[in-house]
Amino acid sequence: MKIRFLAPLLTFSAIAVVMAYALFYLDPSEIPSELVNKPAPEFKLEPVPGHEPGLETANLKGGKITLLNVFASWCVACLAEHPTLMELKKSGNVEIYGLNYKDKPAAAAQWLARNGDPYSRTGMDLKGRVGIDFGVYGVPETFIMSAEGKILDKIIGPITEKDLNTRILPLINGPTS
Amino acid sequence: MEHFQTYIRAFIVASCLLVATTATAVFVEDRLSDPVQEQRARDIAEGIRCLVCQNQSIMDSNADLAKDLRSIVRERVQAGDTDDEVRQYLVSRYGDWVLLNPPFKLGTVILWVGPLVLFVGGGFAMIALLRRKNITNTVPKDLSPLSAEEQAELALLFDPVGEDKK
Repeated sequence: MKIRFLAPLLTFSAIAVVMAYALFYLDPSEIPSELVNKPAPEFKLEPVPGHEPGLETANLKGGKITLLNVFASWCVACLAEHPTLMELKKSGNVEIYGLNYKDKPAAAAQWLARNGDPYSRTGMDLKGRVGIDFGVYGVPETFIMSAEGKILDKIIGPITEKDLNTRILPLINGPTS
Repeated sequence: MEHFQTYIRAFIVASCLLVATTATAVFVEDRLSDPVQEQRARDIAEGIRCLVCQNQSIMDSNADLAKDLRSIVRERVQAGDTDDEVRQYLVSRYGDWVLLNPPFKLGTVILWVGPLVLFVGGGFAMIALLRRKNITNTVPKDLSPLSAEEQAELALLFDPVGEDKK
């Protein structure tokens, strides 16, 4: 009988726990990707001038895990993750492809010249259509592609240290290490 | 009288503001030549969430991506897609999230049925509770009259210091 007096308190606690979880552990700006575990959409793009070769779907099926990084010269957050990409390129463990999203060719080329070019291939998505096919809704975004060109994971926003260690490196190095 | 006029004026201004804010912004960068198709494209776009500004439809948003998505909707409509096919085109890229009206399926059952269950369940619980209260509040008929002792106690409760007797 006494437990009935606790009912409001228990109800409140339950609601508070759910809300605290939503407040601290869920990020409403991160939309789960519909395309994870699906093959990459078909596309074929011209390279950023001076940063050949170009990029097409077949390149993502090269038999090795690759990273597809969506970037733009107008994107401030891209600068934040750029050193991480340069480091990754230096390690030589993974090919990084650059999808230049809604940019001007000259501006993109200049940006890569100034900040360094971590990409072994680039593609200019001038109208943003390829981006939309990939479900891109903000730059930067980074797709981790399987050896067969399937999307394994997608990182929204700049790659953080944590993303690198928990989401990218384990996939590249295989599940054993 | 002067006050009355001020109120009327304030009311008119307020209602104008209200109308202005509820009218939907229409972005018509590349409207379709066929007005029927254009209307269809707009109706569909009203139900597509802008992924950048989240709680606006792509029809209400002037984000770059919303603009691109509007032109895709128009393009699909012009290409002869049905409303559902246009929506499917976007859902296959951005997920159900892109629809402002979430579809009814296993993952969204709680969302759609939850409030109804809470409402009906709460109603029944309320009725049950009120019924039981009613029963306990009614006086049993076989109640024996108070004993002299109880009467004295009752009197004491009503009049602890005996003021009435003075």
